[in-house]
Amino acid sequence: MGELLNSHVTSNLIVLVLALGAIGLWRAVAKNRLWSEALRSMYRRRPIAVWVCALYLAIGLCDSVAWVGGGQVGSDAVSSHQAKTLLDRAFGDTKEKSYSAPFARVEFYAKSKLRHPGSHVLGTDILGRDVLFVTLKGVRIALLIGGLTSLISIPLALLMGVLAGYFGKYLDDAVFFVVSVLQSMPSILLLIALITALPKSTLSVCLALAVTSWVGFCRLTRGETMKLRELDYVYAARALGVSELRIIWRHILPNLTHLIVITFALTFSGLVLSEAVLAWLNIGVEGSWGQMIAQAKNELSRDPVVWWNLAAAATALFVLLLAINLVGDAIRDVLDPRTARERQ
Amino acid sequence: MLAYIVRRTAYGVLVVLGVLFFLFALFFLVTKPDDIARKAIGDKAMPAVIAQWKKNHGYDRPLWPGPGHVQDNMLVEHYRRMLTFDFGRSDADDTIILDRIKKGAGPSISLTLPEFAFGVLLGIGFSLFVAFFRETYIDRSTVVLSVLGMSVSALLYIIGGQYLIGKLLRWFPISGFDPSWAVRARFLALPIVVGVAASLGSSVRFYRTVFIEEIYKDYVRTARAKGAGEVRIMTRHVLQNAMIPILTSIVTEIPFLLMGSLLLEASFGIPGLGSLTVDAITGNDFATLRTMVYIGSLFFVVGQILTDISYTIADPRIRLD
Repeated sequence: MGELLNSHVTSNLIVLVLALGAIGLWRAVAKNRLWSEALRSMYRRRPIAVWVCALYLAIGLCDSVAWVGGGQVGSDAVSSHQAKTLLDRAFGDTKEKSYSAPFARVEFYAKSKLRHPGSHVLGTDILGRDVLFVTLKGVRIALLIGGLTSLISIPLALLMGVLAGYFGKYLDDAVFFVVSVLQSMPSILLLIALITALPKSTLSVCLALAVTSWVGFCRLTRGETMKLRELDYVYAARALGVSELRIIWRHILPNLTHLIVITFALTFSGLVLSEAVLAWLNIGVEGSWGQMIAQAKNELSRDPVVWWNLAAAATALFVLLLAINLVGDAIRDVLDPRTARERQ
Repeated sequence: MLAYIVRRTAYGVLVVLGVLFFLFALFFLVTKPDDIARKAIGDKAMPAVIAQWKKNHGYDRPLWPGPGHVQDNMLVEHYRRMLTFDFGRSDADDTIILDRIKKGAGPSISLTLPEFAFGVLLGIGFSLFVAFFRETYIDRSTVVLSVLGMSVSALLYIIGGQYLIGKLLRWFPISGFDPSWAVRARFLALPIVVGVAASLGSSVRFYRTVFIEEIYKDYVRTARAKGAGEVRIMTRHVLQNAMIPILTSIVTEIPFLLMGSLLLEASFGIPGLGSLTVDAITGNDFATLRTMVYIGSLFFVVGQILTDISYTIADPRIRLD
């Protein structure tokens, strides 16, 4: 499963599916006056944050489209048979032997001449990799952590929450019991337990994050569905003989979409932050910013201090989270009627 | 009332039993005893060595109850040991888990309790101040600052705090621990400051929302119409009414204080329960890990029951039967 996720064919397919989904969503939003107005109002509030999110998404996509061969990328025979992403091709071969400072012409400690003097805008790390390149590679990882996890947890929470809230009785009892059990465990301990028990891979980390994060949203949709179920138009639909599934599809789910959008935006940053904590405990995802920051702890105790690795990862993480938090707040302000009063 | 307490406790017991089954599924079905043994003594161990290790650590029984071993199987054994607090020995270094938990609880609480208290007091005080100046530049800049603070990873607060306060300014030692209280306070100061700073952004934002919601309620307008001053309104009326949602969020965090703080303890060298958990992760010590999860959920369930009961006393509007 892990190999499947890492193969470049899967990665390209995911990009294709995402692109098709985005086009479909765009057309649906354009047709719906309420949603297109809400999005426009959101963009008016935080134009810069929206563009920053788009930039990160573009970098992540550039690092997801990959193919084998073509051009003079790696010098040796092995790397010419490995799939290279658009981002890899843009940077080409940037490898050095060890640390070098930003724009340096010689190595940081050994003072020997670099292979690409002056070309490393953010310096190189302990393995001689260009820090700007490694940081940009981290964009895809961060988006994968937030996106894939949401893709698992939100549909699961929606399904369970709506079924429990709508049908009630034994189904509700069962779902509520599972939610209580999962919520009674401290989430960081539950995360750790899941990750150590599952095989080590990116998918496992996302799965573990999904198991800990779906519970809260499930409670929210359950409560909301219970409220919606009692509304007059639902009674009217039932009196007209509309089937239960159709009521859920036509009357319940559309009234939950604003919650989905708000939750997605607001939990995304939490997921990326959780991964950083996991990386610190050495059970995170390979190549994430959290891992770069965790490694930087030792670099700060070196003499002279190696700071560019930490600075690059921390800035990339901070800017992404800030942009997502701002966009998330703007989305909530626009969509949630409860915060409308505060805007006046 | 009594009927409610009994029902609530029975549900709590059911949840704990559910947690135990979840842990059984995770640590005996997903990760099989053979995997645990291999992680403890190495991938290339001989089958005989693995069998011996499993026998020593009590992993050699059949998983499920069946004819001939209704009592003597992993499932029943797992429940029996956890429910009687007989956690056995660590998978990694054979120390008795219960002893290590007892030893770690003290250092953990001496870190988390002051951190929690300072965090709550600062958060409430600060957000009350901000809510008083709502819709001015003080309020707006605080909201921006708290979003900025929320977007910084906790790791950065730790690294930054250790580098700035510990290494450059040399106010407090970078890491370490000591049993005597005078020395311990010096060691704990930095992690407490870092922990409070890391959580301040999101807590100010949360408390501010609660206060602002209260400020627009009718009783505040009534108080103002009667001629009460703004300061009196904030402290007497708004703060007291806002305490109910605030207490709800605070009380749910208290049980987890006993579990220590993973990040802070591991990076500041405090030998508490958080460090114990981190050691268990690095040492693939599954026995300790599942014990920690179990104890955490036990604290949480007991805390929840006590909270629900105390509400009936604190808030006359809530009736539980």
